[in-house]
Amino acid sequence: MSSFSVTEPSKSSKWFAGTLVITYALITMIPLAWIMLTGFKSPSDAISYPPKVFFEPTLEGYVNLFTTRTRQTDEFLAANPPENWYEDIVRQYDMVIAGPSKFGERFLNSVIIGFGSTFLSIFLGTLAAYAFSRFKIPLADDLLFFILSTRMMPPIAVAIPIFLMYRQLGLSDTHLGMILLYTAVNISLAVWLLKGFIDEIPREYEEAALIDGYTRFQAFYKVVLPQAATGIASTAIFCLIFAWNEYAFAVLLTSGTAQTAPPFIPTIIGVGGLDWPAVAAGATIFLLPVMIFTVALRKHLLRGITFGAVRK
Amino acid sequence: MNDTPISRAANATPPTVARKIKGLSDRAIAWIFVGPTIFLLLAINIFPLIWTINLSFTNFRANRLNREVEYVGLRNYERILTDSDIWLNMQATAHFLFWTIFFQVVIGFTLAYLINKKFKGNDLWTTIIVLPMMLSPAVVGNFWKFLYQPQIGLFNYIIAFFTGKEPSSFEMLGSVDLAPWSIVIVDTWMWTPFVMLICLAGLRSIPDYIYEAAEVDRASKLRQFFTITIPMILPFLMLAILFRGIENFKMFDLVVQLTGGGPGSTTELTSINLKREAFEKWRTGYASAYAIILFVTVFGLASIYVKALNKVKER
Repeated sequence: MSSFSVTEPSKSSKWFAGTLVITYALITMIPLAWIMLTGFKSPSDAISYPPKVFFEPTLEGYVNLFTTRTRQTDEFLAANPPENWYEDIVRQYDMVIAGPSKFGERFLNSVIIGFGSTFLSIFLGTLAAYAFSRFKIPLADDLLFFILSTRMMPPIAVAIPIFLMYRQLGLSDTHLGMILLYTAVNISLAVWLLKGFIDEIPREYEEAALIDGYTRFQAFYKVVLPQAATGIASTAIFCLIFAWNEYAFAVLLTSGTAQTAPPFIPTIIGVGGLDWPAVAAGATIFLLPVMIFTVALRKHLLRGITFGAVRK
Repeated sequence: MNDTPISRAANATPPTVARKIKGLSDRAIAWIFVGPTIFLLLAINIFPLIWTINLSFTNFRANRLNREVEYVGLRNYERILTDSDIWLNMQATAHFLFWTIFFQVVIGFTLAYLINKKFKGNDLWTTIIVLPMMLSPAVVGNFWKFLYQPQIGLFNYIIAFFTGKEPSSFEMLGSVDLAPWSIVIVDTWMWTPFVMLICLAGLRSIPDYIYEAAEVDRASKLRQFFTITIPMILPFLMLAILFRGIENFKMFDLVVQLTGGGPGSTTELTSINLKREAFEKWRTGYASAYAIILFVTVFGLASIYVKALNKVKER
């Protein structure tokens, strides 16, 4: 262990490298940190000059994000004192909460479509990946490449006919339509990643199970699936992140009922144009799950974004 | 396209010989397992693509369904290829591709090289650097728009602080000269980590003994860098460029939110232009031909590139 190695960097070069990388990381964090801070500012603090680093934090942005508000008469305001802290915030502007905003709905759509398409991609992808990994399939390489190539297509190139097709089938602006669409986009990733994970599970396990009298199918779900669980979980997170962040299809093919959050967040309007604290609050809520997943996923990152084309 | 690194990776694992034990035959299971995936892709990718090709020969407009559709032959293609505005969009896209890839490769490689020095805590910092890449491009575009505001934005303030200019004296998104750079900056911020990760994988794949042998031969560190590190990492760099090229060619969400193609049409990349033709002007047939041209361009360039990549790998 203690033997001298020529490839081990010297102490000073480590220091130098560390300082530069940390500096870059800190600079990279500034935009993210700024948007999170802005979510806790009042509208006037958010647009003050010079930009305020220190300010009195408020949840106004979050209240504005989740509610719609209307102006009320003085008599009404006097007769109905605010009942809780969020009504209190709105009262400062002589407003009352009129109801929930669309954000909750859009966020829920993101959850339904994200998880729905992830579940479906993983379900179909695992089956296909297992078959590609274990069975002799005619033209397997061509099929695999075909599956991957569908990902190279610009969304807008196929959006027009999908738009027309969905209108015919009654799938436009529905959760099911978006789930199927995102599944089709994600399945290439799912098959490629999962095939890699399943390839690494020794065949001997299944063969032993087959000899013990299991059917092929039993061997698949009792022996292979548990072994592939980690791989399946990380593939699922990649699929979820993609469906979560997708914008082009969402904005072109949905108009309301099934629209996800990314097209909605930039449109949160306040009194004088965009309500930046509310937009920032929406972005923060929307980004947090992905950030948590990224930290959890860091070991599988590379494989996930490159379809395993680069072996680590 | 059959000889891609990806399909070669697939070749590495030979399928087992089909066996018949209990229950369904392996062949039947294989088809039951693969069938739904293939069906879904045919229905939602290939069928629409064929439909797009068909539409590209017509004067169809998706907002006027009752109008009779006429086949116009190659007229749509002819009009696109002779339209000087579209060539300007192509030029803007090419500039965008060149500069984003340039910066991402230079910064990404440098970062990977530094991280590979294995300093303490590098894992944590790497994860932080990677974060922007995992976010929604539309949301990212939107909040950078906030940072770029000339009066109140943090970006202008910081630049002004270091250069001594007035923060409101330059408008990143509003000026014809600066707007394209505003996209390059955001794209670089977002996607440098991607190139960095691939380079890091490349650097880690170089076996130590090569450097040890070079050390025995008394090759200087600089010489080792140019004769070992660079050639060994080149295939990885080229792969990163391929992925970034394909992704940036279809870049849409980030730019729509950031500049919306403006000011004028200075940042109108081809995919934004395409969206405008298809979903604002509703010239469906024309837009379909445009989409096919872009698609063929990406595929053509990608396959030529992959051939070159494979040559580099064989050396």
